[in-house]
Amino acid sequence: MDRIPILRMGSFLLVTIQVDLYDRLALTLEADLVQMVNKTQAKGVLIDISAVSIVDSFMGRIVGNIASMSKILDAETVVVGMQPAVAITLIELGLPLKGVHTALDVEKGMALLKTMIGDEEADESEEDDSVAE
Amino acid sequence: MILSLSKDSVSIQREQDVVLFRNRLKEVAVKIKMGLLNQTRLITASSEIVRNMLRYADGGIGLIEVVSRGRDNGIRITFTDQGPGIADISLAMRDGYSTGKSLGLGLPGSKRLVDEFDIKSKMGEGTIVMLLKWTR
Repeated sequence: MDRIPILRMGSFLLVTIQVDLYDRLALTLEADLVQMVNKTQAKGVLIDISAVSIVDSFMGRIVGNIASMSKILDAETVVVGMQPAVAITLIELGLPLKGVHTALDVEKGMALLKTMIGDEEADESEEDDSVAE
Repeated sequence: MILSLSKDSVSIQREQDVVLFRNRLKEVAVKIKMGLLNQTRLITASSEIVRNMLRYADGGIGLIEVVSRGRDNGIRITFTDQGPGIADISLAMRDGYSTGKSLGLGLPGSKRLVDEFDIKSKMGEGTIVMLLKWTR
């Protein structure tokens, strides 16, 4: 069975979607990713969709699901590389992908993840300090 | 008057056919030099309808036509299924309404993405959806 590979990079998971996803492939990816987040204790998920030319409501829902499920498992999701025509079409379709962080490319996405997770860790250590005091 | 220049009928039976249909449509759109944005709109809209057909009607047929009106060229797609039909079309066309567990964007969303949209349905006989997008 076909699968989209998930790469681990430190505390992040990296997924590059290179093919047009059909439903089962997308659902498998959703399940695999959430399991990987749990298994590797990943703090961030980066999904590169620069090679994806069509995102319909089903695909959009999968991306939204991945983001919400990861969030519950304490990981942030950033979608990078969306083609301009795809962005316009998603909005006209009525799917603004609320709750999903986006960045223009992989590099900016990585930077965004690091900031988000860095901030969180900073918050946590501050809280620790206050408890200690 | 709209003239039909070519016809290509594609059968849609399995979920993999969604991608096949999109590829076929892409070829036609590139051939008549439809811009990338309009291609994306039309293919996304079709994708929604194809999915609906698979989910609610066990598949059907998509007829891809290259059409012309005066100087304009475009693509018209007619989806025909023999499914259960839609009881209340105006309700089905409303944003956020779904009898399945989807987002309810399929029909109203695809209507927003094309230039002309038509839907006819008869309970117990099936549904016909027509999408038309001009190249510009």
